[in-house]
Amino acid sequence: MIDQVLIPLLKIVIVLNATLVAVTYMVLLERKVIAWAQSRLGPMRVGPYGVLQPIADAIKLMIKEDITPVRADKWVFTAAPIISMVPALIVYAVIPFGPTVSLFGRKVSLYITDINVGLLYIVSVASVGVYGIILAGYSSNSKYPLLASLRASAQLISYEVAVTLTLVSVILMAGSLSMVEIVNAQYNQHVWFVFAQPFAFVLVLIGGLAETNRAPFDLPEAEQELTGGFHTEYSGMRFALFFLAEYANMIVVSSVVTTLFLGGWLPPFPNVGALHLLYYVPSWTWFLIKSFLFLYLFIWIRATLPRYRYDQLMRLGWKVLIPLAILNLVVTGIVKVMLM
Amino acid sequence: MITPVHYMLLSAALFIIGVVGVMVRKNIIIIFMSIELILNAVNINLVAFSAQLQNGIGQVFAIFVIAVAAAEAAVGLGIILAFYRNKETINIDEMNLMRS
Amino acid sequence: MAQAIAFYFIAACILGFAVLVVTTRDTVHSVLFLVLDFLFVAALYVLLGAQFLAAIQVLVYAGGIVVLYLFVVMLVNLKRPPEAHEDPHRRTKLGFGLAAAVLLELGAIAVYGSVNPAAPMPATPAIPVSGNTEQVGWLLYTSYLIPFEIASMLLLVAMIGAIVLAKREL
Repeated sequence: MIDQVLIPLLKIVIVLNATLVAVTYMVLLERKVIAWAQSRLGPMRVGPYGVLQPIADAIKLMIKEDITPVRADKWVFTAAPIISMVPALIVYAVIPFGPTVSLFGRKVSLYITDINVGLLYIVSVASVGVYGIILAGYSSNSKYPLLASLRASAQLISYEVAVTLTLVSVILMAGSLSMVEIVNAQYNQHVWFVFAQPFAFVLVLIGGLAETNRAPFDLPEAEQELTGGFHTEYSGMRFALFFLAEYANMIVVSSVVTTLFLGGWLPPFPNVGALHLLYYVPSWTWFLIKSFLFLYLFIWIRATLPRYRYDQLMRLGWKVLIPLAILNLVVTGIVKVMLM
Repeated sequence: MITPVHYMLLSAALFIIGVVGVMVRKNIIIIFMSIELILNAVNINLVAFSAQLQNGIGQVFAIFVIAVAAAEAAVGLGIILAFYRNKETINIDEMNLMRS
Repeated sequence: MAQAIAFYFIAACILGFAVLVVTTRDTVHSVLFLVLDFLFVAALYVLLGAQFLAAIQVLVYAGGIVVLYLFVVMLVNLKRPPEAHEDPHRRTKLGFGLAAAVLLELGAIAVYGSVNPAAPMPATPAIPVSGNTEQVGWLLYTSYLIPFEIASMLLLVAMIGAIVLAKREL
């Protein structure tokens, strides 16, 4: 009973809450880092150094008036933020934060579940998330959101192809679709896949930026051209849901890249005997540190790079990333067969 | 106890809904979606028998069906777009250029 | 027992959303119901132990094909409702009649099946969880290699065809 129901439920509650807290503090981190990059201070008013700013933001968004435009498609307008939030959250079900450890004399795995199609599950759930954006743009019945959502869906579909093709070469290396098995494969093969698959790492990183609508690929929400993007007509908590979904997706991409390329919960150089000391640090700490590095990288890129033009974005996706992904896959396959 | 008969009945019911959609609706996009429903009904049947016979052949055929559905959707929607550009309609009753 | 409840719930959702797909006036709502329908079909595949196919169903159908439909619905910006024009040659009644005939036949089969049930089927243990993807992949690349290649050719041809059809000028 305890193992079947209570512990999984507890894990789900902990992961969901941790995610939501992390997401709200991501917003603060982003504002702070960009402010520092621009020699500003960022939010300083609420709490010491502005650490209570996310809570103030949440309260503000919750008590704001929730407006539905008169000409909007009511049901779809209401469903769209939910549709974009749910996929971002249920992906965490298969992300391994650590191996199976014993807690209070009981074996507990530090992931909610480990299914044998884990990576495919993540890709497919992420592909459903695009509906939230398309429907938000359509149901608002307003031209800028519609333009933004057409852009966003074209962008997401194009880059999804590239990312999925690239992930296949990682699967080829690991020989499994299960997230836990992929981490174990990195331990058994004595190499993090970032060193074995550097091209795939770069491709997934670029594709991940595009899939989460982050700078420099944040065309769907280009304020200067589209007055804010697909969520122009949204206000209050529904707007907040889109916002949270975007940051939750960022955390998902960081976690997936960490798991696939940086060895997940493994400490650096896991097979070197002299560094065995690193195993005294709890495994999930390594996972969180590595994920944090990617989140910081995302913010850093946003603070540094200018936005792409739309045709450049499409050309990059179809004419550069997809051919490179296929090439990488072919080379990986040949090398794998030759080594066998 | 759920037997393959249950799955077959579900599949047949879904198939009929799809057929009715093809027969009754005039919006060609909805007709295409009804065809997708029909293909899914077939897939449910295939996968149910795959589970019953404990081999993967039904699932392999389901994958082929999905591939065919993807090809059909791509070409079909291309035709719809081309037609819409010329005639400004997606009503299947107005698509009668070939009728003598 | 739990499996039966899950089956009936999923089956009810599949059929209900399918009816909504066919009957809804607004095309965008229809597309949305189609997505929900496909998600529940994927759940049914999980129930049948075909996890790989469930993931493919969500990835290809819900995430790919239906997005294409939604795209076309949004591009085909209708000035007049598509159901306006009535064709005298149309035989809607015949369609309903055929469907009713098939429904009757199905009912007959169901009644017959419940009155004198077939020989008891062997118990169906689920396909071993660890091997579903490997099993499908093995079949695809051994016994069904040529159909697999033909399917890939079909997709290539469809891709070229779609581009030729949708492009304004070549």
